[in-house]
Formats: sequence, structure tokens, C-alpha cells
Amino acid sequence: MDMALPVVNATAAVLARVSAAFNAPLARAVVFGVHIDGHLVVEGLLIAVIVFQLSRKSYKPPKKPLTEKEIDELCDEWEPEPLCPPIKEGARIDTPMLESAAGPHTIVDGKEVVNFASANYLGLIGNEKIIDSCIGSLEKYGVGSCGPRGFYGTIDVHLDCESKIAKFLGTPDSILYSYGISTIFSVIPAFCKKGDIIVADEGVHWAVQNGLHLSRSTVVYFKHNDMASLASTLEKLTRGNKRAEKIRRYIVVESIYQNSGQIAPLDEIVKLKEKYRFRVILEESHSFGVLGKSGRGLAEHYGVPIEKIDIITAGMGNALATDGGFCTGSVRVVDHQRLSSSGYVFSASLPPYLASAAVSAVNYLEENPSVLANLRSNIALLHKELSDTPGLEITSHVLSPIVFLKLKKSTGSPTTDLDLLETIADKVLKEDSVFIVTSKKSNLDRCKLPIGIRLFVSAGHTESDISRLSSSLKRVSASVLSDY
Amino acid sequence: MVRLPYTTALTTLFSYGLLFAFGQLRDFFRKFVDWFKAKNIKGYAPICLGLEDFYVRRLYLRIQDCFGRPIASAPDSWFDVVERTSNDNNKTLQCTSNTTRCLNLGSYNYLGFAAADEYCTPRVIESLKKYSASTCSVRVDGGTTKLHAELEELAARFVGKPAAILFGMGYVTNSAIIPCLIGKGGLIISDSLNHNSIVNGARGSGATVRVFQHNSPAHLEEVLREQIAGGQPRTHRPWKKIIVIVEGIYSMEGELCKLPEIIAVCKKYKAYTYLDEAHSIGAVGQSGRGVCELLGVDPADVDIMMGTFTKSFGSCGGYIAASKEIIQHLKQSCPAHLYATSMSPPAVQQVISAIKVILGEDGSNRGAQKLARIRENSNFFRSELKKMGFEVLGDNDSPVMPIMLYNPAKIPAFSRECLRQKVAVVTVAFPATPLLLARARICISASHTREDLMKALDVISRVGDLVGIKYFPAEPPKIAEADHDKLE
Repeated sequence: MDMALPVVNATAAVLARVSAAFNAPLARAVVFGVHIDGHLVVEGLLIAVIVFQLSRKSYKPPKKPLTEKEIDELCDEWEPEPLCPPIKEGARIDTPMLESAAGPHTIVDGKEVVNFASANYLGLIGNEKIIDSCIGSLEKYGVGSCGPRGFYGTIDVHLDCESKIAKFLGTPDSILYSYGISTIFSVIPAFCKKGDIIVADEGVHWAVQNGLHLSRSTVVYFKHNDMASLASTLEKLTRGNKRAEKIRRYIVVESIYQNSGQIAPLDEIVKLKEKYRFRVILEESHSFGVLGKSGRGLAEHYGVPIEKIDIITAGMGNALATDGGFCTGSVRVVDHQRLSSSGYVFSASLPPYLASAAVSAVNYLEENPSVLANLRSNIALLHKELSDTPGLEITSHVLSPIVFLKLKKSTGSPTTDLDLLETIADKVLKEDSVFIVTSKKSNLDRCKLPIGIRLFVSAGHTESDISRLSSSLKRVSASVLSDY
Repeated sequence: MVRLPYTTALTTLFSYGLLFAFGQLRDFFRKFVDWFKAKNIKGYAPICLGLEDFYVRRLYLRIQDCFGRPIASAPDSWFDVVERTSNDNNKTLQCTSNTTRCLNLGSYNYLGFAAADEYCTPRVIESLKKYSASTCSVRVDGGTTKLHAELEELAARFVGKPAAILFGMGYVTNSAIIPCLIGKGGLIISDSLNHNSIVNGARGSGATVRVFQHNSPAHLEEVLREQIAGGQPRTHRPWKKIIVIVEGIYSMEGELCKLPEIIAVCKKYKAYTYLDEAHSIGAVGQSGRGVCELLGVDPADVDIMMGTFTKSFGSCGGYIAASKEIIQHLKQSCPAHLYATSMSPPAVQQVISAIKVILGEDGSNRGAQKLARIRENSNFFRSELKKMGFEVLGDNDSPVMPIMLYNPAKIPAFSRECLRQKVAVVTVAFPATPLLLARARICISASHTREDLMKALDVISRVGDLVGIKYFPAEPPKIAEADHDKLE
């Protein structure tokens, strides 16, 4: 009790001194007409404490990396998927094997058949002059060229072939590639980089899709062969876009679509391209040597001057009956590819005998333009005879050498459709010895067009071949599709 | 790996800096000159903007005549190089009708099948007459002939795998196969110096790509552990599958890959292996079966073996060899099999005949002779070059030997001087190699004779002295024995 009193006295004394300090003249100052009392000092101190706390770094729990033992455990537990999915039951594995040249008549699995499965549009397979020039090339140069174009793989026949094709088409220069499909998927990434805009048809084939994917540009698809859809897409992309000067813009179309047999209306495309300032990349694999009065392709067919199309590519494995591909355009376009197109720089060049075959094929086409008339009459005859096939309808253009037949009424699932079509093709081969094929699709292909039967018409087919095909097809499809 | 001495690095950087500065100066003046000329069509963005093609315009065009030299004969051990002239300071080149007969040290002709061969060419011409130059059709439609089936079987047997599938071009083989095997959610780990076709295939597949240090199994293991433990980026889900892609011989380094160690690492972590033998199939190994034979690896341990027929077999095209299920799957889904024209039948026949010669099934021992000769030639040439003081990369037994040049001015100097002395070499600069590491690459062939090699060594030594690329001290010639003889 006696100890409490001095403590109480001491506390009272301290409190008195503190309140005296508070009630000191500083505390009783008048700032801007506001009386400052003691409580304002306390509030000031509180604000200072809050600001101090806010300015400190927040506490983060430290990140503990995985220990070696934990990584070992994770690695042991991890199970990869198998490298390939298991094979589905009943999947078709065998392909028909040819035992002679793939001309209009060929031998398949020991039987002589009429061949509508090779894109031999001008009937040049087995042509004597071409084979002789190949033999000369083989004896002089051997088979392969043993090097890329930059390192002694450029042989004089390549340069001859490039200048021959350029002269034939009327362009300043052209560049040869060593494989048909690698042409388009090397050309597109060479010109289109990240940030560029590409407007492409949704029915383009896998090689074009791969090129578009590798280019990393923004790709917008328009409805298959629909010019109104193309116009509205172009309008949407360019409206209000001020940075359009620096961005490169391209339209990618095929002249004859492999997946449907339609022909792109080049005159309208050129009009749209000039209005909206886009460059056109035209893939002419199936129309080079086929369309036009002298076989010079889609531009001749529509009467469009060739300078208006910026880049033309084509594979030579169709009308020219050889292999490889070419790309042509202005000098700037072709020179740019010699250093920046990956399929040209990093790959061995075309075997020289195929290049001399291409030169001979173009020579033949120049000297015998009547072969185009044969081809056209064959296509017309086929269209006439197949117009009333039960269950199947022709969806390709009347001038297209790929005659595309699809089911009038789809069963609803693509696999059953494919089964039906394959049954028709098998029966036609077995019973009437006519070799036809369906369109096959890879699971990496994102084209949504319907599948069907593709007939490749050649100038070497005779009228009897065509009648044989049409009567057989009508008979078989009547029996197979009678339930649908 | 290459050890770059400091002085060389400094001088090379200085040279590039000088070229860059001059290039910029010329671009600056070009802007004034072009003010009055409308180069580009109004409203269209130019194909290459600004600095995108600076390297091509200002550096590459100066030495354009060292690349893309046309030839007028088969790419055999001696060939005719066409002479070219330029009237506008190398901007464009015109071919003349003169040719020079030169020794060929640049073509990929490892076993000498490049020119017409006594066994192969008659058979190729026969198949040309029978099947014509092309089938004009894809493999699954009407493009498979008996020759294709025969070659697939033969290639599988040659490499040591159950089945194989054929493609018409080596580049397409890589870019179209990798997307079929792996997709989004998978991981590809590839060597940092892999070929452009593998990079394109990996990019086209949609899988995540990681790179490991060139030829380093330790770093590969590190990357594997980190990736398996971490899982997919952001979601951390486990990877669906992992494929490790390596090459047999790296064409710019001449090195063999450390295959046994890499296979051991992959097996431990359950990753699949993909071996690209473009340069090594047919060229190395006791019977020409590639790096697996040379390094003693069982082909069953490698999941997928890929190769091309361009280099050692004198033809074109590529193949993939793997188990029957994988090949079946590829035949049904690979776009290159379903959409691309099948390989030209004469080219297929050339490969069949070449493989038969190598295996000795043609009734002679030319195959064994060729294999022995290329091994001898490569080892002899490499050891002689090293003795002379050149910096040569690559391992023993590899027929590819790069000689380091470094300085950009030495590239055209070496190339043009060698051509003047009738030896044709290949020089490689940026972007195929890193900027500071320009080199000249020699490819030895089985058809080079000992005299050819001696001539080549003589010319390269003289040009090397002139250009100054003997970075190492040369071994002194053997005078001791001569003195010893004199004493006796």
C-alpha cells in the first residue's frame, strides 16, 4: 500500500507534465483559423504510422524450389502416351499397286484397267520425246543433283527450265523448287511475316494451310469461292485501319481447288485486289497447262494481264508429268525467294532429268495446242454422261479436269460417307476394271468441304474409256446407293 | 565446340562493323537518290521494309559470286563450273558459255553415286521406260508402284527396323512427319544446331519446343528433369509425350552426335527419340548403316529413324523407319503421304540399285570398296589439314570437315582464289552459321582418288597461307629422319 502511493504520485506527475506539454503554446496554436488541440497531434502521429506501414514491402512466403528427390519422384511417376494411337479396326491399309506407267491404261494388281486416278491431264506419261530427253539427262548428269542450289546444286538445265517457264508465261523470271507441295508452303512464309494480314479461301488444300500456319500472320478465311464473302471480308479488314501502309496484305486462292473442283473467278478477284490494295498469291497446280487457249493458266483463261497477279506458284506433277514446282512473278518477287525461301535454300535441288522433262513438256505444249481441245472435249463428254448418275452429283466446274462427284444425300457422318464411296470405287475397279479414287483426308487437314469421288480426266482418254467409266459408275452407284 | 581466340574475335567484329557502317552510309545516300524515283507501287507495303533485307543488300550481294555457282556436268569428283560475269558490281550475274574443269569438294556425293554408274544407270533407264518420269498421282491414289513397295522393304532392312515409309523430298519428310506424331500438349526437345526442316516441322506441330545445348547429354538431362517436373507451361498439367530430336552428323560442324549417352538419358526419362541421319546414312559405319552401327547403338533403341537419299545414294527423297504400328499410322494420317505426288520411279530405282551395291547384293564388292575408301579419304584429309595448321572441326570418320575462316573478307578471298586454282569449295557464312564463325566446308567423296586429295591439299595450303587462316602452328616436316639417313 505504501509502495502504491509513490507510484501513483509519479504517474500523476508524468501525466501532468505530458498534458502540460500538450497544452503548450504549440498545441494551442491557431492555423488558418482552426484551433489545434491535442487530439490533432495524435491524429497526425497515426497518419505517420499508417504511411510508414504502407511503404514497407509486403511479406511474400519464400518460394521453395523442388528438391532433387521430389523431381526424381515426379519423373518416375510420369507416363507418356504411346507415340501413335492404336490402329482402328477395319481401317483400310492396302493401296492398289501399279505395275506399269500411270497412263490412261495401266496395270493394277495384275489386271489391265482404265486409269482415272492420275492427274496426267495432257497425256504426257509415256511420251517418247520426253523419255528421250530424260535418258539424255540421266546419262549426262546422273540422277540426283547432290546439293542445294547455293552449293553447286544449280545445274544448267535448272536455269534453262526457269527461263523456259518464264518465257512461256510471259513473266520476267521464275524459280524452281524440288517438290510440288513444298512450293506453296515455302513461298507463303517467305513473303508473309508476323503481323501481316492474309485472306484465304476456306477450301485451300493442306499444303497452303501449312504455309499459312508457318507464316504466323493473321489469317482470315472467307467462304469457299464466294466473291461476296471475299468483298465483305476485305472491307471489314481495311475499314478504319490507318496503319495499312506498313502492313503487307495478301489474298491466297487456288485456281482449281483440289478439294472441290471449283475455279476461282480471277477477274473479280483482281478488281477487288486493286480496290483494296492486296497482293494476290495464286496456286495454279491444276490449271497450268490446262486452262486458257494455249494452256498458260487462269490468267489467260480470263484475259487478265499476267502482271496483275503478284505471285503464281504451281506444282509440275500434274499437267507437265514431271515433279517439282515453280514460282513466278516480278523480278523482285523471284529474287527475294532465292535467299529467304526455306524449301529452296535448305533443300537439295530438283533432279536434273525432271527439269529436262519439264522443258520438253512445255515445248510439247507449245507445239501441239490441239491436245487442250482433246482434254476439253473429254471433260465435256464426261459431264454429259454423268449428269444423271443415281445418288451422285457433279459439283465441279464444267472446265475443271478434276471432276468431283459427291453424294446427293449425305448419311450424316463423314466416316459412313467415306465407306460408301470407297465401296463404289472398289466395285468399279473389281467388276469393270476402271480405276477411280475417293478424296482422302488427313486428320491434320482443317478443310471442311465434303469428300467425294475425284475423277482425273486426261487428254489421252478415248471416248470408249469415258463411256466405260460412266456406264460402270451409274450401275454400281445405283446398286450401292439404292437404300439411301 | 569452337574456341575463338580474342584477337580473331576482335578483328572479325571490326570487319563486320566496318561493313555495317558502309552499308548504312550507302542506304542513306540511296534514300536521296530514290526520292525522285517511285520504287514501290502506291498503297502497297514493300516486300521488305527497312532493315529486313539489309544483310542481303549490303553484305551478301558483294560476295554473291561465291554462292550458287552453276555447273554444266554431273556433280562427280571433277566437274565443269560455269563462269559468270557481272557488269553492275555483283548486283546481277550473267552466265557465260565458258566452263572450267574443277575438283569438286562441295557436293554431297559421299559414295560416288552422283554421276552415271555402271550398275545403277542401266536399271534406272529401264525403269524410266517402264514407269515414265512421274506417276502424277499421290501415293494413296494411283501413285504406288512395285518399286515403291520394294524400296520401303529394302530401306527398312538396310537400316534395321521393321518397316519404312518413303517420301519424295527430305525436307518435306521432317516438316510433315513431326506434326503427325505430336501435337498440342506435347514437348519437343531438339538440339540447338538442328536443321531448318526439323525447326519447321516442330513449329508446325503446335507442340512446345525447348532446345538443349549442342551435343550435351548432361544438359539434355537437366532440361528433361526440369520439364517433366514442371509440366506444361501455366497449367502445369503433365506432358502428353516428349520427343527428343537429334541428328547423326551435323552438317555445319562435321561432328557425330553422342548417341549412346543421349539414348540412355531418354530411356531413363521415358522420352521418345527421333534420329535424323541425313548426312550419315550410307556414309559412316562398317557396312554403311549409319551412326547406329558406328557408335554401337541397337536400332531398336531409337524410336524413329529418318534419313534422306540425296547424299549417299545419289538420288532424291527421304524415308522414315520405325515400328510397324507407327508406319501404319503415318500411312493413314501423314499429309505428305496423302497429298504429295509420289516419288519419281527412276529415282526410286536408283536408290534400290545403290543400296544393293552397298550391301554387295549386286555380285561385286564395289560397295565395300567405296565404304573403305571414304573412310580412308576422310581420315587422311582431316589429319593432313590439321598438320598444316588449319582449324578443322568434326570427329574422325566423318566425311564433312569445316575449316574455320572467321573474318568476312576471307570468305570471298578463299573461295575465289581456290576457284582460280581449279578447286571448287563451299563457304558458309551468316545466317547458316553464327555471325562470327564463318567457315569453308569440305565434303569428301569415295570417288576422290589419292592424287585428287593431294592436289586439293596443295591448293588449300597455298591459299591458306595467302589468306592467313592457319590459326594453329603447323607441325614441322620430318627432317630428323633425313638427317639420320645422311649420318648413316
